[in-house]
Amino acid sequence: MPPGRGRVAVAVRPDATAPPPGVFSLVMDDQTLALALAQDLDAAFEPLVRTHADRCYSIALRVLGNPHDAEEVAQDALVRAYRALAGYEPGRIRDLRLRPWLATITVNLCRNRARRAVGSTTPLDVATAGGREPAAPRRDGPAAQAEASDDRERLAALLGALPERYRVPVVLRHVSDLTYAEVAEALGRPEGTVKAQVHRGLAMLRGAARDAGLEEVTP
Amino acid sequence: MTDRAQLTGLAVTSPAALADDVLVEVGLADRVAPLATAIGTLWVAWNGRGVVAVAEAADGPAAAAEHAARYGRRAVLGRTLPRGLASAISRRLAGDRLAPLALDLRGRTPFEIAVWAKALEIPYGEIRPYGWIAAEIGRPRAVRAVGTALGRNPVPLLVPCHRVVRTDGRIGNYSLGGPHNKRAILAAEGLDPDALEDDARRGVRLVGSDTTKICCWPTCRHARRVAPQHRVPFRSLREAATRGYRPCKVCRPVAYEAS
Repeated sequence: MPPGRGRVAVAVRPDATAPPPGVFSLVMDDQTLALALAQDLDAAFEPLVRTHADRCYSIALRVLGNPHDAEEVAQDALVRAYRALAGYEPGRIRDLRLRPWLATITVNLCRNRARRAVGSTTPLDVATAGGREPAAPRRDGPAAQAEASDDRERLAALLGALPERYRVPVVLRHVSDLTYAEVAEALGRPEGTVKAQVHRGLAMLRGAARDAGLEEVTP
Repeated sequence: MTDRAQLTGLAVTSPAALADDVLVEVGLADRVAPLATAIGTLWVAWNGRGVVAVAEAADGPAAAAEHAARYGRRAVLGRTLPRGLASAISRRLAGDRLAPLALDLRGRTPFEIAVWAKALEIPYGEIRPYGWIAAEIGRPRAVRAVGTALGRNPVPLLVPCHRVVRTDGRIGNYSLGGPHNKRAILAAEGLDPDALEDDARRGVRLVGSDTTKICCWPTCRHARRVAPQHRVPFRSLREAATRGYRPCKVCRPVAYEAS
């Protein structure tokens, strides 16, 4: 057990309405944004980036666990989004649900990246927040645990150790604050499946917190 | 509450550079960085689509501000060009016309682009008159418009409008800081602007070889190979033709008459 035994609550806020970190003046709601994109992609794309960059980055960071990869994936996802939008009819852009659509692009790029990383010899940057090899989760690796500098990073490390099919829905639902319907759309799975995966993922997370000797405070 | 970690708390702020990186990559913002050239420091603006502009400026902030004002996009000032871009540009400036270098010429007219594309065909260390470009792009009467289009070239040096001279053989004007810069760049490419103008003043428009009976623009690499004793100057293509010379297939002198 690491010194200074911590307590981690795997608590979720289903009603979380607080804006994501990094509030920009250009942040717009998705419907307004989709309408603006349909009218003038080049004028409305910067607001899209300002509104969704944090979300794309957070998904990538919590799915991949590596800030450098996450930045590349988030950038790539937004660039791909622009190129896709440039080829869409205005009607199709207007009807887009941007949050699940961008989540799909981001998650797919994360999967490609994780697949490529298997067998990679890149050393793990364990000193960096949440720096882990996604392909080789070490849920009870003492080094990884000891490196977690605070509760937030402990939780991130535990989350990163979940198998991908649970980790991704949990990240989308509870880190990125998508609705179950949006998570289902983003992952192309039935809503019931997604709910089950999120619940199972949360249960595993709580179990992992217990196994790691972290006291669970609230469900 | 301080010891409770919540999943929503794992949402983070993206790195400050992320938004700019995305906007530059898709061409909705540009980066600006200095480039050392034969005529001093110039400022290159580029994005993910290609190089947008090469311009003079007092310093970096001025370069960024002037670029942003001219193109209506944010200009992000950088310290250096990315390595790949720097090497492509230096290869271009050294005369490697095949060095891959994308240009972002959105909003330009097809005529302007045709003129600039043709200017790109002029080899390092050679010059052609405006009338040659006009003839080559199938608009032989649009000589003045060719001059205007070259004056609007947003990427001087990369599109070598300095290699296009007046039809009377004078070096002519240059958008990038004036005629002295044009002479300096041509001199850096190994030409002697004064000697070229002297020849032009004496009425030399073309140069032939009496062994091959082929005539060329004076700076064509085939013309410059001709030994002095075989070198025959002409005032016009018509004069060359009447004496039995055919135009070079490489530099393609056109049937214009200096007015």
